[in-house]
Amino acid sequence: MERSFEKYFRQNRLPHLWCPGCGNGIVMKAIVQAIEKKGLDQDKTVIVSGIGCSSRASGYMDFDTLHTAHGRAIPFATGIKLANPELNVIVITGDGDCTAIGGNHFIHGCRRNVDLTVVLFNNSIYGMTGGQASPMTPTHKKATTAPYGAIDRNFDACRLAEAAGATYVARSTAFHVQHLTDMIAGGIDNKGFSFVEAICQCPTSFGRKNKMADPAKMMMWMRDNAVMKAAWDKLPDDKKTEEKFPIGLFYNESETDYATAYNEVIQIAGGADK
Amino acid sequence: MNSEITIKLPRCKGCGICVAFCPKQVLAVDELGKVMVVNADACIACGQCELRCPDYAIFVDKKVKA
Repeated sequence: MERSFEKYFRQNRLPHLWCPGCGNGIVMKAIVQAIEKKGLDQDKTVIVSGIGCSSRASGYMDFDTLHTAHGRAIPFATGIKLANPELNVIVITGDGDCTAIGGNHFIHGCRRNVDLTVVLFNNSIYGMTGGQASPMTPTHKKATTAPYGAIDRNFDACRLAEAAGATYVARSTAFHVQHLTDMIAGGIDNKGFSFVEAICQCPTSFGRKNKMADPAKMMMWMRDNAVMKAAWDKLPDDKKTEEKFPIGLFYNESETDYATAYNEVIQIAGGADK
Repeated sequence: MNSEITIKLPRCKGCGICVAFCPKQVLAVDELGKVMVVNADACIACGQCELRCPDYAIFVDKKVKA
C-alpha cells in the first residue's frame, strides 16, 4: 500500500543521492511524518536548508524549498518568517553548516527566538567534502583531517542552543524514528526557536574511519548509547561514559517570539497607538 | 503468511539495515546488492525494516483476511 508521507516527496527526484545506509533519509522521513502529524498545509510550509549532505533534503521535499548559502539557512529563514509570519518555516542543516560556518547565525537565531523549527542532522563529520572533522566530531574519533583522532572538544549543540536562548531544545537519533518524529512535531508546535538535534549515521566518511562501516552497527551504537532524559538524570556520574549521551526534550519555555515583537514595532511606528 | 512485503527495488541501495533489524531473519541482500525476501512465512509484520529504511524501499502491511 502506498504510504501517505509519499505525497510530501518529489517522486521524480527519488531515489535520493545519499550513500547506502546514510541516516539522512531516515531523518527526512521523520520530518515529513511530523509535518503530516501536525497537519501543516503543504503550500504554507517552507523548507530552508544550507549546504552539505543533510541540506540536499530540501530538493526531495515537495514544499516551497530554498537551498541557500553555506551556514546561512537561519538568516534566510528569518527573512521568510518576518516577511510572512503565517508560514511554517523548517530549517534543515548539518553539524558543520550549523555550528561551524553558520555558528554565529545559529546563536543569534536562538537569541532572537525567531519562530523556526531547526533540525540539525548530526553525522559528526563533513560528509560531502570527504570526511573532514567538524566541530561536532567527538573527541578522539578519527576523520580525514584528524588521522590520530580529533583533539578538539566537540560542541554540545543542545546545550549551546539552550544557553543562547532557544525555547525548545531536543535531541533524538536515527534509530529512534518515532521518538524523533515526536520531538520534531513538538518543535513545530512551539512558537519560538525550536532546535532538534538528530544524530544520524555516516557509514561512508565517519563509520569507515572509526571501525563502524556497517550502517546497521552504527544504528545499534545509537540504540546502546542513547539514554532517555529521565533515565539520564538519575544515572550516577560514573556511568555517564564518553560514549553515552542523553536524548529527549531538554528545555521548553515560552517567550515572546521575534515576529510578534517585530509586529508590535510595526504597530507603534505605523501610528496605531496614537 | 500474514503479511505483505512490498519492495520498491529501484530505490534499494542494499545497505542491509532492514536485514540487521529484522527479528525473524525474513530478509537478505542478494548478489546484486538489493534486498530480497527469503523467508516470507516468518514475517510478523512488525515493520522494523520499513521504520528504519533510509531509502523508503520496503513496506510491510498486515494482510487483511478475506
